[in-house]
Amino acid sequence: MQATSWQALQAVMRRDLMVVMRRRSDVLNPLLFVLMVVTLFPLAVGPGPDILGRIAAGVIWVAALLSALLGSERLFREDYLDGTLEQLTLQPQPLALLAFGKVAVHWLLSGLPLVILAPLCALLLKLPLEGWSALVATLLVGTPILSAVTAIGAALTVSLGRGGALLSLLLLPLFIPLLIFASGAVEAALVGTEAWPQVLLLAGLSLLTLLLSPFAVAAAIRVSVN
Amino acid sequence: MSTVLAVSHLASQRAGRTLFAELTFDLAQGEVLHIEGVNGAGKSTLLRSLVGLVQLQAGHITFFPEQPDLQQNWRAHTLFMGHKAGVKSELTALENVALQAQLCGVDNIDAWQLLETVGLLGLEDLPAGQLSAGQQRRIALTKLWYSNALLWILDEPFTALDTFGIELLQQKFAEHTANGGAIILTSHQQLTWQTERLKRLRIAGGDDAGY
Repeated sequence: MQATSWQALQAVMRRDLMVVMRRRSDVLNPLLFVLMVVTLFPLAVGPGPDILGRIAAGVIWVAALLSALLGSERLFREDYLDGTLEQLTLQPQPLALLAFGKVAVHWLLSGLPLVILAPLCALLLKLPLEGWSALVATLLVGTPILSAVTAIGAALTVSLGRGGALLSLLLLPLFIPLLIFASGAVEAALVGTEAWPQVLLLAGLSLLTLLLSPFAVAAAIRVSVN
Repeated sequence: MSTVLAVSHLASQRAGRTLFAELTFDLAQGEVLHIEGVNGAGKSTLLRSLVGLVQLQAGHITFFPEQPDLQQNWRAHTLFMGHKAGVKSELTALENVALQAQLCGVDNIDAWQLLETVGLLGLEDLPAGQLSAGQQRRIALTKLWYSNALLWILDEPFTALDTFGIELLQQKFAEHTANGGAIILTSHQQLTWQTERLKRLRIAGGDDAGY
């Protein structure tokens, strides 16, 4: 008897969820980090609503990128150290599918809370109301890209003892298009034009990344456990 | 009894050093292959290259050469257990066993029964991280009790186990081979369990590998 791919995917996702539920700080710390950065900006550049409102979307997105990097190292580290990663590569099911499960859990616990937190951040930075929906929309379609791409980097660097800084340097340039389209969308909403073209473009990018990244993650895992 | 594994002309190098070369052996159902060698001789590398965790330099590995249906899906009929137990330290023994079984596609296990068998009853609610290395190892080894893999590839299965655990494991080995399974294992200690179908393979850093 052999687990169906669906069963194995479920098992992988359930295990990751259970582990994170025992270590809630891993989920909370990046979110607190985002809140912290967002509250620092009014102190640094002054509380004038005209400046803050203009830079709000950019600040929130940069904070989101940095928070994604913050916990990225741990995405596969524990699994690598305790041998789970090795066992996963030996599963009869496609490794890319199981990798997708891990990416999905990572997004559920890091990307989705960020989307939920976005209105609060927007409020703290006095982002004009017209930009709110665009901001939430870009985060909703953009954060899966963050999870998927950081997973590739994390899988590549997992066998290096201290891959943290290297990982950030590898990943940040890859997020430039994401940042451009996301802040572009909010900007467009603020000046009263359509934000949807950029959001849809991001959504397309997101689907493409979600589709292709599991294969890259799987290949990277195979290299790392070697 | 049919062949479960045929290996020919296997070679491996690590860091410019030849670990083994021209390694050829096969294993039939009911047989046990005990791989011996000093530390660093390449025992683990050999086992890991058998299951594809390490890239081969040369050679051929065929699983279940006489059973094409098994051969196609050999991963489902092969069980590999390496040095690392693959046990999540945040989860309890019970949760670890249940998830491990789900990943193997076995959903009708009695996790309590399994834990009792391996002697972990009473510790089932503790996070595995608080258990000793040997106890974590036992959690991982419960897999052997429900796995329906034909070929077991075990790297140092006796590590960290006490004499009772080693005895228990050898009983399980005897049962597995009696049911037509085959085992490849590395171990620094001699098996106390006597089987007439025991093969030995000595790896000596490459120069004279052979039976």
